Amino acid sequence: MKLVVIGNGMVGHKLLEELMAANHADLEITVLCEEPRPAYDRVHLSEFFNGKSAEQLSLAAPGFFEQPGLELRLNARAVGIDRARKQVLTAAGETLRYDKLVLATGSTPFVPTIPGNDRPACLVYRAIEDLEAMTDWGTRSKIGVVVGGGLLGLECAKALRDMGLQTHVVEFAPRLMAVQMDDGGGRMLQRKIEELGLTVHTQKSTLAIVDGEAARHRMQFADGSHLDTDMIVFSAGIRPRDELARQSELGVGERGGIRIDNFCRTRDRDVYAIGECALWGGKLYGLVAPGYEMARIVAAHLGALLQRTQAAPLPEFAGADMSTKLKLLGVDVASIGDAHGATPGSRTYQFSDERRQVYKKLVVSGDGKQLLGGVLVGDAAEYGTLLQMMLNGIALPEAPEFLILPSADGHARPGLGVDALPASAQICSCNNVSKGQLCEAVSAGARSIGALKTATKAGTSCGGCVPLATQIMKAEMKRQGLAVNNHLCEHFACSRQELYHLVRVERIRRFDELLARHGKGLGCDICKPAVASILASCWNEFVLQKEHASLQDSNDYFLANIQKDGTYSVVPRMAGGEVTPDGLIAVGQIARKYGLYTKITGGQRVDMFGARLEQLPSIWEELIAAGFESGHAYGKSVRTVKSCVGSTWCRYGVQDAVGTAIDLENRYKGLRSPHKLKFAVSGCTRECAEAQGKDVGVIATEKGWNLYVCGNGGMKPRHAELLAGDLDTPTLIAYIDRFLMFYIRTADRLQRTSVWRDNLEGGLEYLKDVIVRDSLGLAAELEAQMRLVVDTYECEWKKAVSDPQTRRRFRHFVNSDAADGNVAFVAERGQIRPATMEEKRDRSRRIPATVEAP
Amino acid sequence: MHDSAETRSWTAVCALDDIVPDTGVCALVDDAQVAVFRVGERDLYAIANVDPGAGAAVLARGLVGSLGERIVVASPITKQHFDLRTGECLEAPQHSVRVWQASLRDDGQVLVGTVPR
Ligand SMILES: Cc1cc2nc3c(=O)[nH]c(=O)nc-3n(C[C@H](O)[C@H](O)[C@H](O)COP(=O)(O)OP(=O)(O)OC[C@H]3O[C@@H](n4cnc5c(N)ncnc54)[C@H](O)[C@@H]3O)c2cc1C
Ligand code: SF4
Ligand code: SF4
Repeated sequence: MKLVVIGNGMVGHKLLEELMAANHADLEITVLCEEPRPAYDRVHLSEFFNGKSAEQLSLAAPGFFEQPGLELRLNARAVGIDRARKQVLTAAGETLRYDKLVLATGSTPFVPTIPGNDRPACLVYRAIEDLEAMTDWGTRSKIGVVVGGGLLGLECAKALRDMGLQTHVVEFAPRLMAVQMDDGGGRMLQRKIEELGLTVHTQKSTLAIVDGEAARHRMQFADGSHLDTDMIVFSAGIRPRDELARQSELGVGERGGIRIDNFCRTRDRDVYAIGECALWGGKLYGLVAPGYEMARIVAAHLGALLQRTQAAPLPEFAGADMSTKLKLLGVDVASIGDAHGATPGSRTYQFSDERRQVYKKLVVSGDGKQLLGGVLVGDAAEYGTLLQMMLNGIALPEAPEFLILPSADGHARPGLGVDALPASAQICSCNNVSKGQLCEAVSAGARSIGALKTATKAGTSCGGCVPLATQIMKAEMKRQGLAVNNHLCEHFACSRQELYHLVRVERIRRFDELLARHGKGLGCDICKPAVASILASCWNEFVLQKEHASLQDSNDYFLANIQKDGTYSVVPRMAGGEVTPDGLIAVGQIARKYGLYTKITGGQRVDMFGARLEQLPSIWEELIAAGFESGHAYGKSVRTVKSCVGSTWCRYGVQDAVGTAIDLENRYKGLRSPHKLKFAVSGCTRECAEAQGKDVGVIATEKGWNLYVCGNGGMKPRHAELLAGDLDTPTLIAYIDRFLMFYIRTADRLQRTSVWRDNLEGGLEYLKDVIVRDSLGLAAELEAQMRLVVDTYECEWKKAVSDPQTRRRFRHFVNSDAADGNVAFVAERGQIRPATMEEKRDRSRRIPATVEAP
Repeated sequence: MHDSAETRSWTAVCALDDIVPDTGVCALVDDAQVAVFRVGERDLYAIANVDPGAGAAVLARGLVGSLGERIVVASPITKQHFDLRTGECLEAPQHSVRVWQASLRDDGQVLVGTVPR
């Protein structure tokens, strides 16, 4: 079968993914894509302004379009369909034959017919090129106007404001988000948005755009007033791209849109239409989830035709729920079902709190039994529950108002238990995951929200369903009798986070004390180092102090990394990867003297292997004399801050990457944390230091620094996410202080920031709230705590070598000066390596482990 | 080996104060590496120092603790647990190790019991 797909947008691409995943033998697909790049994530388009690149927004997995049977043509626009000959004509004059054709052409922004709407700096907001134009004009503008106060318009206004423009929103209707909001909600939203420094003009109809006086343009309104602005972005709705269908008489609606049936077929049985260009039951769907649903339906339909099977009843499109929840300019907004109470006989309940600026409304059926819709502004925590109640027709409680009223202690009521939901309830609409599938994944072993995401994909797109998915997971674990147990170990019946809290609140400084008050037994190799780390990050006392000594695992006890043969590796700190020639020579001489194997690490420093326990203090004495400090390679602590040479040497660099890396490394060196922490600083967006693969990544911009967090390399790579952009250096440091301390407080034992982040309810937005917007009011405390750690830093090795008591520990035998006869090396590539078991038996090949005379 | 107290000879390896409470040291006793542990103030235990799973002489450097009723040390390399009273390796019984007697002399010296040759 020859299939031609016109349009490689979000929905068209979903279709390709579904078809390719099914591995059909006899299918040849040609994709015409008008844009210069394959499909990208339009839903998260605005992240382009936060530094996400076009590649990062791409939806096409690497190698996707190299699969056999699939051909993608970029910059290829379809200009005609000849249904009689079953051909598509392209702008380049080519004709493509098809057996089946799918139109996935999306829509175009609607630009009102106002004289002057084609002046320069009059833009739209739909494709990556549009955003590039906005960025470009933004740098040459002071004032910006968005025409249209809907969902997209407000998102666009945020982008303008973030660019530093004085921003106005001009709306024709009497309120913002007229489709989703009622008057009360629209008013509350407007107030909140105006508080953020934006100006909202409602009930304004623009007559003309002419030359301005104070700025590039002047908008003249029907009420006689005017507004001067440098740039204008139209976001006044969308129009389906149905021109091909009109021309080939496929049947379009009065207000546009290609008419389709339940299988997404047009009037012509061989032509389908899906996504925003399609009109089903007289309705257009401007959201991605219904489009994905259509893509799945067409994939199933084509699949059945290809297999020639009379498959079990094929899925049919049955309309889609248009409820939405989003964060606009930091304000939670949600609209559910019949938000306007348009259903005859419906009743409404409203709650409004002017001080906290929260507005909530419920629409219920006349008999009070069913939830029909709702509006939430300022606090949308109940969205998930309310949506499920509406979709699944769950009977309302006696007094439905309590679903939105705050309870006496200031917390909103949790709503109905998730147990009430049927297994078929769709929890993640982006990826079509039901409650039943989540429960199955729990049975199969997914016991954390991170594992659940990996297993089911739920919550991996927009993330809106994560709180509900978490509740379902917990409920299911309880139901299966799995203790929802995050106890550290058998000695402490609480999580690391709870222990941390106890240590701080009760000001506990010793393990014994904590064990006596809150634990049992003697402790073990799990809780002891965990508590040692908590004590260190709270009080920062010398880790080898007698009281703490027995808590440290071997690496922390001997301040070195144990290797497979019981010898240790030694890593001096080279902050930012910077080292002088003299420093390098000293390291080389010491390594030669003690016969150590040397290697450059991934963190830009030198690692020396094969040191025996009794050699460690003298090796360190010499390193310290040469000006080095402990590199903390042994601890669960800050490892390195990798850097590129930045603006100092590199012709592309825009900031001093090395200087900042050194400052950061010196600031956080020695900080104890739940797991190791890696940093990097790049001098420009070329990102040579690979900062986006680190726990904390800093990338220079023209204006300052972009801060990325929670990335990881290693076993499970994860891209770091932008926490905040264009920061000056003091703000950068304040945010990193807060971020690190917040992680240290709340993470589980041995949980890297990446896993911690995947399990964080509320996700990145929540993290931004806490770190950037200080929603928990914790910022000052977190910073003060970090200051204590920074101010009390001491090089552990300096302390250890100068303390005779500690030094005595570094002997292999307590009653002899002999060396450990069990350690043996052999030569390889001019250096030592540990001998294997066989080599140890054959004594002749061994290298005596002696110290060379200086 | 069931040696009666009379046939056993004792080797003094160090002073009690040489062992930080809840840690171990390694002693050389008749050419054997013995890991001697001090648990709490004055409970003493002695097992072989080589972790058979790793082939490295490191058990004296492990973390001491309890698992249920057992008092154990965790190997710093393999993380396997060894019962200080019996030498049993909890995760892999084939890696269990030899045990020595250990006691405290009145003058504060730590003694490891050896079988006379
Ligand atoms: C800024 C922004 C934010 C959004 N946020 C959300 C959100 O939060 N939630 C949500 O659900 N939805 C959101 N949407 C809507 C969502 O992006 C769309 O519903 C979705 O992209 C529709 O997919 P589609 O494939 O139908 O159309 P598109 O993604 O627009 O793809 C259509 C493609 O077809 C191409 N094309 C058109 N005609 C031709 C032709 N003749 N020949 C070749 N190619 C052609 C177009 O160039 C385009 O690449 C947002 C949209 C925007 C612009
Ligand atoms: S990241 Fe930029 S500044 Fe740094 S080395 Fe690469 S190109 Fe140069
Ligand atoms: S990748 Fe594996 S083998 Fe290599 S250093 Fe890390 S833990 Fe060791």
